Amino acid sequence: MDSFSVLIGGKAGDGITEAGSMIAHLLNELGYRLYRHVDAPSLIRGGHNFVIVRAHKQRISAHRDHINVLVALNEETIRKHEWRLKQRPVTVFDSETITLDALPAMAHPFRTGIPVKSILAQEKAPPVMRNSAILGALCKAISIPWPVLEGVITRYQPKMTQLNLRVARRGYDLATEKLLIDLPGGGPVPVVGGLEAAGLGLIRGGLKAYAGYPMTPASGLLHFLARQAPRFALKVVQPEGEIAAMMTALGHAYAGERAAVGTSGGGFCLMVEGLSLAGQAELPIVVALGQRAGPSTGLPTYTAQSDLRFALSAGHGEFPRLVLAPADVEQAYAWSTLALDVAWKYQLPVIVLSDRTLNDDSQSFVAEAVPRLPRLAQVDWDGAAQDDDPELAYKRYLQTEDGVSPLAFPGREGATVKANTYTHDESGITTEDAEVTVQMQDKWARKADAMWQELDALPLVNVYGDPKSPRTLVTWGSPTGAAREVGELAGVRVVQPVVLSPFPTRQLENAFAGSRQVAVAELNAGAQLADLLESHGFDVDATINRYDGRPWAVGELRQLVEEVLA
Amino acid sequence: MSALGTYAANTWCPGCGNFAVLNAVKPVIQELIDEGTRREDIVLVADIGCNGKIVDYVGVNTFGSLHGRSVASAMGIKLANPALKVIVHLGDGAAFAEGLEHILFAAKRNLDITVIVHDNGVYALTVGQAGPETPPGYRGRSTPYGSLEEPFNPLELLYVAGASYLARGYTHGIPLLKRLYREAIQHPGFAVVDTLQVCVTFRNLYKQYNERVYELEGHDPRDEAQALARIREWDYRSDGPVALGALSVRERPVYGAHFAESGAQPVDVEVGLAEVFASLT
Repeated sequence: MDSFSVLIGGKAGDGITEAGSMIAHLLNELGYRLYRHVDAPSLIRGGHNFVIVRAHKQRISAHRDHINVLVALNEETIRKHEWRLKQRPVTVFDSETITLDALPAMAHPFRTGIPVKSILAQEKAPPVMRNSAILGALCKAISIPWPVLEGVITRYQPKMTQLNLRVARRGYDLATEKLLIDLPGGGPVPVVGGLEAAGLGLIRGGLKAYAGYPMTPASGLLHFLARQAPRFALKVVQPEGEIAAMMTALGHAYAGERAAVGTSGGGFCLMVEGLSLAGQAELPIVVALGQRAGPSTGLPTYTAQSDLRFALSAGHGEFPRLVLAPADVEQAYAWSTLALDVAWKYQLPVIVLSDRTLNDDSQSFVAEAVPRLPRLAQVDWDGAAQDDDPELAYKRYLQTEDGVSPLAFPGREGATVKANTYTHDESGITTEDAEVTVQMQDKWARKADAMWQELDALPLVNVYGDPKSPRTLVTWGSPTGAAREVGELAGVRVVQPVVLSPFPTRQLENAFAGSRQVAVAELNAGAQLADLLESHGFDVDATINRYDGRPWAVGELRQLVEEVLA
Repeated sequence: MSALGTYAANTWCPGCGNFAVLNAVKPVIQELIDEGTRREDIVLVADIGCNGKIVDYVGVNTFGSLHGRSVASAMGIKLANPALKVIVHLGDGAAFAEGLEHILFAAKRNLDITVIVHDNGVYALTVGQAGPETPPGYRGRSTPYGSLEEPFNPLELLYVAGASYLARGYTHGIPLLKRLYREAIQHPGFAVVDTLQVCVTFRNLYKQYNERVYELEGHDPRDEAQALARIREWDYRSDGPVALGALSVRERPVYGAHFAESGAQPVDVEVGLAEVFASLT
């Protein structure tokens, strides 16, 4: 088999997410490329959690609905996921909590149950170790050699490793082999979530400070950077709210430190006044905006792409910005670096749109798949006087040809750095002068032009599938992973704009060349990207929208695409 | 351009209490520079309101922030570069209404910055609405039949939150203001000088204040009982005596020092990234 999927399910609090990670580690060791999809409701205990780990010999960025292996810690898991079972499904289950009657008929020939409670009792192991027994049984059932499991447990369960190993061994010994999977070899690669990839990309971009207030699905970035803070000398703070996070980050930027904030829609609402300040005062800032189903509190732990319009237009007044939406971990890494570079070179806010799926699902990180983007250098003040008056030697908002004023920061010898929320003159002194007002707004326009000249030379639009097909599927962000596979399976052209503002019209025209039919798939009800395309003169023949909080599996999207693209 | 001045024309009303604040803070900054502080290491952060115009009038680094958010901006500036002396100017509306969360949390953290509250008990720039320190009965454009709310005692609130230097000044009396601003700037930790700053246009309290203020003598601001007694003596609404001077001084660890320690040996970014990717494998 080139590809298969394992689902593990149970109650929230059963450690399903962690067990899913262990399964991913096991398959990673064997040389598979992975996609780990997590479905966890917004609660701490009770409720149903499940993780699908999909393994493939090639790089993948989406899950599939159908599964080959079901690992069930309770009967609810079987009831809820029975429909996903393909032919000859392997079922690994706790035979002391699940009766054989609960298993569907097709599962019986390939089932292997183990008595988890008895195993734990024999080893005098705490209940939390039940997943070690189950993992042992899973490895036997799908023919993962014992030393691989031994290595993974030793590495990833540093606490009570020996006991975990004994529990796992019992599970392994009591289960029976049901499926012989391939061992592709080639060794493991990093398996990362979108937030980790974004965090690493920001660090590569020179991040020095991060301010965030907990909010799903962005908290992971706060957690990850907080953990990495000592290694990279990052200043990571959790202030009193999103407003404070934004304003603190802008303070860092004013004082010369590259900073970012991360949040979801509701938190971004609170940050928006600060976004306008960044526009007016020309303060560089990166906002990692992880979308979830809204409006308001919505479905906190489920996904959506319904904040595109919000990101494009957030803030009062008119100021340039960059809005981009990476699709997978490699893109998240590369574009997060570029986001900081652009913010600092052109001194404006950059919004990196992601969603619950990209943020919290994880994928094999394949170095060769990282987009090759250049590093951009910020423009620093050369120290030469900008005025005859020595006290005006440095002008924070000096008018230049490309609208970019060289940067200096407080503490710099000879510079008086005046950043201002009011309309201001070149030195940063408040003005209400009509002419200066126009000059400053025009300066931002030149800055935006210069940015676009540089960016439009980069690959802002990706094309996958069959690039010559007259049938075109357009999508953005996390559904791109499923769309890419649909493109390959159904012979459809797939177009993904990474940059959404400014709109990459020229590159989209190239991507659409020869196309006769265009469908736009996105995780919202309002067809926001489709609208955006039409407003820029592109024809959209069909829209495919999903707004139940769930991402598309490959098969689901394929069916929808084939319905509208004949 | 004069020393520490700018070419910006001053637009405060004649007789405005803000002139006293400017004429106190500027000489203090000049003194600090004369004593060796680099001019380039001073940052004034302004809020919105008449007080915020002060940043245009002083020739040092300045950050004109949003209404209520000046203290939150100041946190980033100070954390980014602990060598900077960060002084925030904001009104009572910013400090105790729109931005109350920020000033309380800065006090809680004991962030090493100075906050000068231009406390006139009214929203002046927006033409005279009642503010958080306005007494009940005040008739402004938003309360034409009299304000219903009681003011709270901001210094008591800040004391509870953990501010480590609390003082009250008054814009009649520049020598005392200078002394308090200097102390506050030099205090290691979160320092607030609530400056009774009279708005001559919308709430001229010179007469009332002149009758009630007195300068603290023999007060030990490091003694908790004495500090609290003086902080509670005037509740910002009744006709009690109004103490001026340093009310409370405490020693607490300063927020942000841990960044300096943890950041002492930052790893090369490329090496660090390789390590992290390896750990995720």
